[in-house]
Amino acid sequence: MDFPADLKYTKEHEWARQEGKEVTVGITSHAQEELGDIVFLELPEVGTEVVRGKTLGVVESVKAVSDLYSPVSGRVVRVNEGLLDAPERVNEDPYGKGWMIVVETPEETGREGLLSAAEYEAFVKEEKGA
Amino acid sequence: MKRSGVGESGLIFNEPLIFDRGHTGEQGYSLPEWEGGEEAALKALPSHLVRDEVEGLPQVSEIEVVRHFTRLSQWNFSIDSGFYPLGSCTMKYNPRMNEAGAALPEFATAHPYQGEEFSQGALRIMWELQQYLGEVSGLPAVTLQPAAGAHGEMTGMFMIRAWHGDRGRPRRTVLIPDSAHGTNPASIVFCGWDVREVKSDAEGMIDPAEVEKAMDKDVAALMLTNPNTLGLFEERVREVADIVHAKGGLVYMDGANLNAMMGITRPAEMGVDVMHFNLHKTFSTPHGGGGPGAGPVAATAELEKYLPVPRIVRKGEKFLLRERSRKSIGRVKAFFGNFGVLLRAWTYIRSVGPEGLREVSETAVLNANYIRKKLHHAYDVPYDRICMHECVFSDRRQRERVSTLDIVKRLIDYGIHPPTIYFPLIVKGAIMVEPTETESRQTLDRFVEAMLAIDEEAREQPDQLREAPVRPKVGRLNEAKAARQPDLRWYPPGPEKSG
Repeated sequence: MDFPADLKYTKEHEWARQEGKEVTVGITSHAQEELGDIVFLELPEVGTEVVRGKTLGVVESVKAVSDLYSPVSGRVVRVNEGLLDAPERVNEDPYGKGWMIVVETPEETGREGLLSAAEYEAFVKEEKGA
Repeated sequence: MKRSGVGESGLIFNEPLIFDRGHTGEQGYSLPEWEGGEEAALKALPSHLVRDEVEGLPQVSEIEVVRHFTRLSQWNFSIDSGFYPLGSCTMKYNPRMNEAGAALPEFATAHPYQGEEFSQGALRIMWELQQYLGEVSGLPAVTLQPAAGAHGEMTGMFMIRAWHGDRGRPRRTVLIPDSAHGTNPASIVFCGWDVREVKSDAEGMIDPAEVEKAMDKDVAALMLTNPNTLGLFEERVREVADIVHAKGGLVYMDGANLNAMMGITRPAEMGVDVMHFNLHKTFSTPHGGGGPGAGPVAATAELEKYLPVPRIVRKGEKFLLRERSRKSIGRVKAFFGNFGVLLRAWTYIRSVGPEGLREVSETAVLNANYIRKKLHHAYDVPYDRICMHECVFSDRRQRERVSTLDIVKRLIDYGIHPPTIYFPLIVKGAIMVEPTETESRQTLDRFVEAMLAIDEEAREQPDQLREAPVRPKVGRLNEAKAARQPDLRWYPPGPEKSG
C-alpha cells in the first residue's frame, strides 16, 4: 500500500497536498482499493466554499456510495473536470491524475488535526485489524 | 458440481432485439381511414407534432411482440422461480389468495371518484387495515397514504417537524446509526434536514453513550431500524429512546425489519413515536419494482392530529373520508394511497391471523439462525450470536483467494439468487442473507450445500470462481463498465452514432 510522505491525510481517507496557499485534495490509495471500481463522482464547482470535515462531494463505486469530506477549509479554485468522464483514474492513479479539487486556503488555518503519512498508515492498519 | 435442480436442463432460446425482429412492412395494427382525407387530418394537428417519417420503429406483428416480451420475461429470476435470499428485502412468497381478492371486480373496477357512498367496502378494508397495523405496532394513529417506505419516512419526518413546530423549536438534525439503510439519511436530506451519524458499538448495536453524546437541542429525532441491518435486535432500544425523549426528541423507526417481531414485541413498547411499514416486505404484497407500493405510517395518539389527509373515520356503521384537519401536514398522495396493495396486505393479515403473524416472525428468525449455524464454520460471521430474520456473513476467510462478489455470483450457477452484498457498510465484504419464513428446510439445505461447495471451490479452484456465473445465458457482467459507460438505447444502423 502506498502512503506518500509529503501528503497529509484524514481519517475519512482523503489526502491533501499543500503548495503555498493551494491544497490539492483526493482520496487515498487505500480508499480506492476498499471502494473498488469507481464509476461516478460528484465534485463541487469552482468558487464553492468547502469546510474542513464537511461533505464536499460524492464518490460512487460498484460497491457503495460514499461522501467525500474536505480536509481543509477554503474556496475551490480548480476542479479535475476530466475525472467526471474518466472516474477510473481515481483507481489507477489516486495521488496523481486522480486528484479531485484544489482549494485555496488562508495560510496555515485548519491544517491542524490532519494525519501524517505514518499516522495515517497506523490508522489504516488499526482499522483493518478491527 | 452438485445438481441443484434449477436450470439443469431445458432450452434457452436466443432472442434478438425487437428492432431486429420482423421485416419491413410487417405490423400489428390496422388504423381506420382518415376521416376527410389525410391532408385535412394533418392540418388539424400543430405542425411541430407531425413527422414525415419515424426512423427505426420496430416492424413486427402482434405475435412477434408477444413472443419477444414473453421470452424476456422467461429469462427473469423471481421469487416465483427460485430461492431469493436478498437480505433486508424480505423476498417472501406472495400468496395467490392476495391476488384473487384484488381481482374481484368490485375492487378491480373501483374508482376513486365514485364517492364515499359507493366505496363503503373499500373504505372499510382500509379502516380495518389501519386497525391491524395499529395493533401490530402498538401505535394507534395510522395513515395508509404513503406510496413506499421512503415516502413513509418523509411523511413521518414532516409529522415530527410539525410537532416540534408546535412547541416553537424548529429542530433540524436527525441522528442515524452508521448501520442504517441508505434510504434513511437520504430521506432526512430530502426534508432539508441534517444527518448526524451515531457510531455502533463493538457488538454492532446502537450505543446509548454515543446517543447521549450526540443528543442536543438541535436534534429533532433519532431514526433507527430494529432489528438493525445486521439482523440483530437492539436490546437497549428502550434506554436509547428514553435518552432521546428526555432531551425533547422523538424516535422514528424504519419498519423494514418488522417481519422479525410481529406478535412478539411492538415498536410502541420500545419507545417509538412514529414508524412506517413496508407492506411489500412484511405483509407479502408484490415488490413493485418501482410501484405501485405502499408504506403506511403509524404514530402515537399524541401525533395523530398531524397525520396526512384524507383520514378515514368511522361513524356508526359508515366510513367517511375527512379532508380537513387543522394540524395535518396535508396531502402526501393523490386520492387515498395505492388501494390494490393495501387490499393484498389486508387479505394476508386476515388469512394468516394474529397467531399466524407471530408464527411468521418466529419461522423467519428460525430460518435465518438455521443458515447461520450451518454456515458459520465455513464463513465468517462478524457478529456471531442469535440473529433475527437475517444474518450477515463476510468473505474474511476466503478473501485471500476470492471476493464476496465471486462467491455470490457462483450461487447463480446453483440456481439461487445472490444475497445482498457489501451492505451493511460496517461489515467489510458483507453477505447478507434473509431466507424468510416461506422457504422449506429442503430449500435452506440446498442453499447451505451450495455455499459450502463454493467455499471448497474457493480453496481448490479460485480462478474458476472468479469467472462465475458460467451457466446462465449471460455470464459475469462488467459492472464497472456498465456504470461508467452505460449503453442504454438502440441506434438505427448507419454511419453516425449520436447522443
